[in-house]
Formats: sequence, C-alpha cells, structure tokens
Amino acid sequence: MSKSPSLFLSTFKRDLTLAFRHKGEMMNPLIFFLIAVSLIPLGVGPEKALLMQIAPGILWVMALLATLLSLDNLFRSDFDDGTLEQLLISPHPLYWSVMAKVLAYWLATGLPLVLLSPLLGVMLSLPSTAFIALCLSLLLGTAAMSLIGAVGAALTVGLRKGGLLISLIVMPLFVPILIFGASAVQAAARGEVFDVQLAVLGAVLALALMLAPVATAGALRVSVNG
Amino acid sequence: MNWQWFHRLGSPRWFYEKTNTWIPWLMLLAWGGLLTGGIWGLAFAPMDAKQLDSYRVIYIHVPIAFVSMACYYIMAIAGAIGLIWKMKLPFMVMKAAAPLGFALTVMVLVTGAVWGKPTWGTWWVWDGRLTSYLVLSFLYLGVIVLQQAFQHRDTADKASAILSLVGTVNIPIIYKSVDWWFTLHQPASLKLTSKSTMDVSMLYPLLIMIFATYIFFTLILILNTRSEILRRESRSQWVKDLALGKSGNGNKEESGK
Repeated sequence: MSKSPSLFLSTFKRDLTLAFRHKGEMMNPLIFFLIAVSLIPLGVGPEKALLMQIAPGILWVMALLATLLSLDNLFRSDFDDGTLEQLLISPHPLYWSVMAKVLAYWLATGLPLVLLSPLLGVMLSLPSTAFIALCLSLLLGTAAMSLIGAVGAALTVGLRKGGLLISLIVMPLFVPILIFGASAVQAAARGEVFDVQLAVLGAVLALALMLAPVATAGALRVSVNG
Repeated sequence: MNWQWFHRLGSPRWFYEKTNTWIPWLMLLAWGGLLTGGIWGLAFAPMDAKQLDSYRVIYIHVPIAFVSMACYYIMAIAGAIGLIWKMKLPFMVMKAAAPLGFALTVMVLVTGAVWGKPTWGTWWVWDGRLTSYLVLSFLYLGVIVLQQAFQHRDTADKASAILSLVGTVNIPIIYKSVDWWFTLHQPASLKLTSKSTMDVSMLYPLLIMIFATYIFFTLILILNTRSEILRRESRSQWVKDLALGKSGNGNKEESGK
C-alpha cells in the first residue's frame, strides 16, 4: 500500500502522455464545442440582445455536451488492451488509479474547454462582467462532470456500443451542475454576485471527489468481470 | 441470533410461495381503498373555493407522486442489498421496480399537466416539482436502458444497482437545485395554494388514497417480481412443476438446479 502515491503518479503521467499523443481525440470535443456554439446564432438569428440573454445557457449546455462526447474514451482503450485488468488485480486501492485517470482526462479535455469558452463568449456577445464567472464555473463544473461521468463510462465500458448509452445515463446526473453553472454566468451577466452558485458547484465537486471514484471503481469491477 | 428469516428472504421460491397467500389480501385492501377514497374524493368531498372541481386531480396526482419517489428508494435499496449480500431476489425486485417507477413518474407528469391546464392555463410549466419528476423519470429510464444493454444478466443487475445508488445520492441535490432554479426563474404566483390549510373533509379521502396507492404499488411490485422470478428460474424444477400444474406446496422433493 505504501506505493500508492507512485502508482497514482505513474498512472497520471501515462494517461497524460497518451492523451497528448492522440491530439486528434483531444481536439474533437473542442471542435464540437466551437461548431455547435456557432450554429446557435445561425438558428436563432444574429440579434445581439437575444444572444446576450441566452449566451450563458448555450455555453453551459454545449460544454456539457462536449464533455459527454469524450467520456466514452476514458476507459475504452485501457479496457481493450487489458490495462484495466492489471489495475484491478494490482494490490493498490483502485480509488487512486481512478482518480489519476480522471485527473489526466480532465486536464486533457475539461481544461481546454474552459480556456476556449471566453472566445465563444465573445462570439455570443456575452457581457464582459460574465467572463470570470464563465471560466470559474466551467472550471469547477467540468471537473465535477468528469468525476460523475467516469461512473457512467465505467458502467458502459464493457459494452460495444457504449457511446450513446453513457449520455443517457449520465445526463440526468448533470442537472444540478448545469443549473448552478449557468445561473452563475447569468447572475454575473446581470452584474450581480455569483459566489453562492460557485460555492454550490464547489460543494458538488467535493462530494463527487469523495464518492464518484468509489462508485467508478465498483463499476469497473463489474464491467471487467462480467 | 436467528438470521434465518433474512436468508430465506433471498430465496425466490420462498418468496413466490409466500406471496401466493398475500395477493388476495393486498388486492382487497388496494381496490377497497382506491374505490372508497376515489369515490369519496371525486364525488363527495367539497369543492375548492378557487380551483373549483379541478383540484380533485390531487386525489390521484399526490398519491402517485409520493409512491413514484418511494419506488426509486426501494429500487436502490434492493440493489444495494443485492450487491452487499449477493442475493438473487433483491435484483429481481430492483428490475421489477424500474419500469414501474417510470410508469408512475409519467402518470405524475400527465396528471400534473391535466391539473395545470385549468389552474395555470397551460399544459406544461417548468414548475419546480414537475421538473424534478421529469428528471426522476430520466433517472428511471437510465436504469431501464442500462439493464437492457447487457447480454449477461449478473452484470446487468450489478451495473444498474450501482447506477441507482449513484442516483440516490443525486436525487436530493437534483430536487433542491430544481427548486432553487424554479424560485429564481418563475414568479411566485404560479405556486399551488398551500396545502396545509386543507379542510379535513378534503384531507381524509386524500389520506385513504395515499394509503391505497401504496398498497396497490406493493401489489404490482410483487406481481412484477413474481413474473421476473418465473422468467429467471424457468429451468428449476419447482417452476417446471408449477407450469405443469403439479402442486408445489405439498411437494417434498428438493428443487433441482
């Protein structure tokens, strides 16, 4: 058990290296985010007042969908090449290896999404007061979504067509994150304080940090053995 | 201590034979209660001052809303028992509860819409309670879809048990956040008239309906579980005997695997 920290680090480094070697996979959710958000003005019209009003919700919903798109890759390749089985039979607690994988996944997909969001905010004429709220809420929100989404990814990793199924089982669980995230940006756009919403997002993240890796570990055991 | 009863609960055959005698009683209680409460509430309870007769949807809407929420917890607790003690029966209860819960949430949404039309003027408003039940129905759908996706039955059982447990942690958070979101977005005038001031003459039929709906739910859950038992145990001797019309109760021979 004393080697758990080094296992955490080596899993983390390995996953991050793999993510950067597959740059295409890493870029896909970002490109989706970009194109999908650009479609909104084409659909609802270019009026600035209208866009300004719906921008917080649109940006948050699209970020959520972009996260869902990449979730299937989280355990898929490790499941296919047997790495997951090695992790399961190793004597170290699965909690930490799951945590390392989710952290690497979030750095490769969630964080770029956060960094890209201000640009899309400009395109949707989001008021300048809301940019900090947008980044902070997405920072907390994508981390929580990665952790909760990992449970869905672990449950469906044994299925050949897991992609759409993940979205179906995970989306209802994202509802609180979406509500508070979008509401933080809306409040900031109106010039109000948004620290309550950020505090709730932080609380959701803390809860997810505690419980989600445990559920993910259990789900991985079920998926791999079944 | 004597834990035999607990382990016996895990035996599908024991459950099947035991519930044979429960069903007529549950049926009597459920139909008696539903008819009494329904007729009393729909025909004899006084009319509401503001909502007139349309408030009577409450006698169907509220009991189902209670039960559909309780059903999720029953499903999740059954799943947890199955995961922890590795028993067969709880998984069957869990599988039987999921479609039932989904049907109940759909009924809540439909009756809510029917009630909303005369009171609020539209079939659907993004009311806090209606929205929470919409999300709850999505959670049920997730469990049903996941259960069906697996070829292997044990994996399907365990996976959907984990999903329903994760959902259990989320339900209070979803409920609170939707409530909060609703108060932020909607004017308070849309809220229902407060129910605490309800007159006894309206309250008694409602209580009877709630009780009867719980019994009715238990009955349907048991029936669903029984058919799931027959489906899964169809290779065992006692089910074969049952299908061939041999009486299973007086039979001393052990069930073959």
